[in-house]
Amino acid sequence: MSIVAAIERARATRDFNAFVGEVPYARFLGITVEERDGLLYGRMKFADHLVGNPTLPALHGGTLAALLELAAQFELIYRAETIVLPKTVTITVDYLRSAKARDTFVRANIVRQGRRVTAVHAQAWQDDESKPVARASANMLILGKT
Amino acid sequence: MPDSADLDVLRAAFREFVPHNKALGLELVEATYSPAVAILSLPFDARLVGNPDTGHLHGGVITSLLDATCGASVFLALKEPTPIATLDLRVDHLGPGTAGRGVIARAECFKVTRNVAFVRALAYHDAPAEPFATAVATFMISTPGKSVVAAALGG
Repeated sequence: MSIVAAIERARATRDFNAFVGEVPYARFLGITVEERDGLLYGRMKFADHLVGNPTLPALHGGTLAALLELAAQFELIYRAETIVLPKTVTITVDYLRSAKARDTFVRANIVRQGRRVTAVHAQAWQDDESKPVARASANMLILGKT
Repeated sequence: MPDSADLDVLRAAFREFVPHNKALGLELVEATYSPAVAILSLPFDARLVGNPDTGHLHGGVITSLLDATCGASVFLALKEPTPIATLDLRVDHLGPGTAGRGVIARAECFKVTRNVAFVRALAYHDAPAEPFATAVATFMISTPGKSVVAAALGG
């Protein structure tokens, strides 16, 4: 199935996890999504291959950046802002705390929807949503429904 | 230029002691102390694709590669093995890159202060003069202590 078809099917069935499963890199990182109270939450299940520092242990910063970027893409698809996979133009990641060897959660918010570029913020946390481990601000190119 | 023994130790530190670098297949291919430059390679892997229709690697993979390369350049800039942590990282995607191809990243740590190291990096296929992504990053430098890399470097 093509990605565009997978996006359309996810919209029709409200099964966004099936769409996430179509993205090989999301599978590699063990990312799933869940719809709750009209919001899309992402989860990156802890696995040994995500570790960046085995002595602490701590997750690799790259896995957190990727989780945030994927969450921003999924949010745009979930909010029906795009009919294609959004392309990241710029992304800035702030690392706020060391991410431990456990599951990480993520949520993204659309800050401003432009005609071509959309600004999205995303935040990742582990135990406590009010204590994020990392956050990102991204500008994404989209192709909206005409 | 580190001698070959140094490069071997660094290579082991960045790959064998960092599970995610190993999972991505990252290899340290070049390293110099002055300037503090690290070059890492990422082989193409279908598991890392972001859009299966086009076969392009996901942007997050490029970010991971750039983060790892930036971190490597900071280790090269520091006089003693010291734990570091990424403070922030910005990636600009200048273009999509070429589907189905591996990626090289080159990072230079151009300034180290008491607490913070500053890094610039590029991602490309063939030549650093033709990058498809660029990055700037800052790293916090911890107080010297025991770390995996420190241990690997005999620290």
